[in-house]
Parts: sequence; structure tokens; C-alpha cells
Amino acid sequence: MLDIGLGHYLSVAAVLFAIGMAGIFLNRKNIIVILMSIELMLLAVNINLVAFSQFLGDLTGQVFAFMVLTVAAAEAAVGLAILVAFFRNRGDIAVDEANVMKN
Amino acid sequence: MSLVETLSFTWPELVLAIGAMALLITGVFLGDKAAGRISMAAVGLLLLAAVLVFVSPAGAGEASLFDGAFEIDAFAKFCKVLVFGAAAFAILMSDRYLAGEKLGRFEYPVLIVLAAFGMSLMVSATDLISLYMGIETQSLALYILAAFNRDSHRSTEAGLKYFVLGALSSGLLLYGGSLVYGFTGSTSFAEIARVAAAVDNNIGLVFGLVFMISGLAFKVSAAPFHMWTPDVYEGAPTPVTAFFAAAPKLAAMALLTRTLSVSFPGVVGDWQPVIAMIAVASMAVGAFSAIAQTNIKRLMAYSSIGHMGYALVGLAAGTSQGVSSVLIYMAIYVAMTIGTFAVILMMRRRGGLTENIADLSGLSRTNMPMALIMTVLLFSLAGVPPTAGFFGKWFVFLAAVDAGMIWLAVVGVFASAISAFYYLRIVWYMWFDEPAPAFERDAGPTLTFAAWGSALLMFPILTVFVGPLADAAGRAAAALF
Repeated sequence: MLDIGLGHYLSVAAVLFAIGMAGIFLNRKNIIVILMSIELMLLAVNINLVAFSQFLGDLTGQVFAFMVLTVAAAEAAVGLAILVAFFRNRGDIAVDEANVMKN
Repeated sequence: MSLVETLSFTWPELVLAIGAMALLITGVFLGDKAAGRISMAAVGLLLLAAVLVFVSPAGAGEASLFDGAFEIDAFAKFCKVLVFGAAAFAILMSDRYLAGEKLGRFEYPVLIVLAAFGMSLMVSATDLISLYMGIETQSLALYILAAFNRDSHRSTEAGLKYFVLGALSSGLLLYGGSLVYGFTGSTSFAEIARVAAAVDNNIGLVFGLVFMISGLAFKVSAAPFHMWTPDVYEGAPTPVTAFFAAAPKLAAMALLTRTLSVSFPGVVGDWQPVIAMIAVASMAVGAFSAIAQTNIKRLMAYSSIGHMGYALVGLAAGTSQGVSSVLIYMAIYVAMTIGTFAVILMMRRRGGLTENIADLSGLSRTNMPMALIMTVLLFSLAGVPPTAGFFGKWFVFLAAVDAGMIWLAVVGVFASAISAFYYLRIVWYMWFDEPAPAFERDAGPTLTFAAWGSALLMFPILTVFVGPLADAAGRAAAALF
């Protein structure tokens, strides 16, 4: 029977974080996907924090994770609000369309 | 320490937090027609907070509060005064612009007060959790400010870009923070420093450290994490850009400085090369990319990237002298940036603000005082002696040389020589080119005061009194070591 240890949790978190990061940079279609990718990255951080907290027997990590959850909710609200303002101006939320300013 | 005792040390933050809530409620009841009065009240709050930093009821004492999560020391006080001052100017300088663009909404000063509150947490944070909360309190307010002109394509796009890249950088910072927590077993800076110094070759910790530096480099807009800066600066309403270029830069730089100097002094060898490379990249981007710009707000964006590079040279030294030079540099930078943006806000013709560098042509013939002010500020930005900008660069390069990083100082000197080209080119346009149509003469008292005050600070006030500033910065830096 395989023991699931700290390393496994960290690996899952690292993979999730990488997927989130790739989602931000590779996606050219939809800004909502970017918001989802950001949530994915924060989720990866939370897995890290809780795994470490359990491993170290120290509650601070879980407190930290709650803080991250709370702030992530506020961040999503602000992000969506800005996205709505953007959509009202453009009528589109494609990433490629966000190019009014160029060098 | 009892709760009342603890809170008595945090009067500036309490004033800002409670004051912002009160202003928000007032604004909701009175509507946008009270925007002017709310702005004045917000300026009052910020100035009161700046005074309370020194005359807190607990005495001018220093303390570590909330289980070592929040530090009141000379370093925090130095930065807080500058942050509150810059925020107050950002509100004062905005009235005419916001009225002209029909943006006179009461949320503007409230958001700036909330951002200043976040920055106040940032410069005092000595725990990963309070660090993160401070950054996010600041950032969430700033994202909204960037998109404040919600009917403008450019402004909403700026807000969106700022939000996405800001959230990405927070993610990097947090991921790094979670690794640092995991491999040291604590979120407190003091404890992290103890473990980091005791354990050799802790690869997980170094990973976390690099992630944290990347996240914070985004916040100070240092290359190679600078790509959001030009777009956000250009798109955001100009007074908001003025605010972005001053206070948040200082707060983020202070946060980076405190994090590296307090929690990772034992692993200087690990972060010193990283910071040095970021500094070199920022100076190079600032020097070369600005040359081709025609929009003055974009130019200031690249200029600020370059200036962050110079400040990071001081940080890369890794010494108390280096930290003190960072503080001197940032104080001078904040003052001259506010003045420069005051001049940019004066570039107003019938029908609105102009943003092209070409609009400044022949300014000496159409508006002599404005040309004089801008010339002094540009000389200072370029670091020409005897302006204050020269002393800022002098102190950071000196710190690098004293720390044995002569090559870094040499790169810095070359970068400032190159960047002098595009600053002095504007001076050339202003004094020797055919005049463009004149700007409106009546700029209003606050802009005039900000521009004159900043120019006079750069030369001659700070030229003479750079000693006291250096002393104050030295005391502030000593608090970290």
C-alpha cells in the first residue's frame, strides 16, 4: 500500500500551480479562463499550506490558507467587476482584443 | 501587551481604516456632489495619520505587535510618512482632472485612503501573513483605481491588465511564501531568519525565496517583470498614474527590503545575485525602451522601471548602508515623480489633457515657469549634479562599491548616461524647438504648489539638506540590522 506523504501533496500543488500559470500565458481566447487560472494558482498555494501545516503539526499554515481563501474571494469580485466594465466598453472579452495600447 | 496597549501603537492605521469606512458611508448618503468635501476629509485623514506616526499616544516608541506580525520601527515610520504624503498629493492633484473628465466620484479619495492603509501594513509587516494581507489590501484598491474611468477603453484595459498581472504576482509571492513556511516551519520573519541561517543548502527555501522575489519584483515593476507597467501607466487616469508611480513603488520596495534584510540575512549569497541581475535588467530596460516613446506617461513608466533598477542596486549591496541608500533614493524618487506628474497634469489645452512629448516643444517661450520646473525635474530624473537625483544615484552606487560590487555600479553609471539622453532630449525640445500651441495658464493652486515644491526640493533644498535626509534614512535602515 502506497503511503501518501508530504511529497505527493507538494507535487499535486506544483502541477496545479504550473497549469494555472500556463493557463494565463497560453490562453488567447477568453479572459474568464485567466480568472479561473488565477484561482487554480491560489488553490495550489492552499494545498501547499495545508499539507505543510499537517506535516509540521503547526496551525499557522491553516490560518494562512483561510486568509488566502478570503482574499481570493475579494480578488475574484474585483476582477469580475473590472471585466464587466471592460466588456461594456468592447462587447468582447477575447484576450487578443485587449490591445488598445501598443508600443 | 494588552489589546488597548497594542492598538495605541497603531493609531495611524486605525485612523485610516475607520476614517475610510466613515467616508464611504458619508459618500453613500450624500452622493457624488459631496466628492469635493470627501476629498478634503481624506487628505485630512492622511495628514493626521502622518502626524500620528510620530506622536502616537504610546509615545514615539517602537514595538513589535500581534505576536511579531507588525513592527513599528524607524524604518516603518520613515516609509509611512512618505506614503501618506504621496497619497495626500495624489488626491490633491486630482480635483481639476477628475472634474474635467466628469469623474468626480466620491470613491476616488476613499480608495486612495484604503490603498494607503494597505501600504502602511506592507511597510510594517514582519510576518508572511501580514505581508500578504497588506499587499492585497493595497492591490485591490489599486486595481479599481486603474479602471476608475470605467467608460474609457484605455482605462478599463489598464485595470484589467493590472489585475491579471497583479493577481499572477500575488500567486507567485504566495507560492514562494508557502514554501518558505514549509521549509522553515514559521511565517514570522525573525523565526525564518533563525532557521534559514542555521540550515545549510536548504533547496526548498531557496526555491521559495526566488518565487517571493519574483512576486515582489512584479510589484515594484522591475524587469523582467515589468511588462504591465507601460500599459497601466498609459491607460490609467493621469492622477492615478501619478499615485501608482509614487506611493505603491515605495511601499513595495520597502517590503522587499524588509523581507530580504530581516528574514534572509543568513542567505545573502543566495539572493544577492538575483537582485543584482534584476537591477541590471531594469536599468537596461529603463534606459533603452524609453528612447522610442512619444507618450509622456509611457516614458515615465519606463523611467520608473529604470529608477527601480537603481534602487535595487542599493538593495543588492545587502548592507545597512545599502538599505539606507535605497530609502534615500526612494524618498527623492517619490518627490520628483509627484512633481513631474504635476507638470504632466498641467499639459492641458482646450478640450483636455495632452500626453505627447511633442506638445512640450518650445514651452520656454509659451510658459517659462513651467519649462523651468520641468527642466529641473528632468535634470533630477536624469541624475545630473547638483540636483537631488544625482545624490540618490550617488548613494546607491557608493553602497554597491563599498559592498565590493564595483561592476554593478559601473553598469548603473552607464545606464544613467544612456537614460540621460531621453530626459535631456525633452529639455532640448522645451528650450530650442518651435513652440507648440500654449497650454492653459491657470493650473490651479495644488498643481502649482506640487510642481514648484518638488522642483525646489530637487534644487536647491535637497542639494543643501541631503545630509539630514541621509541621517534619517540611516537611522531607519539601522532598525533592520
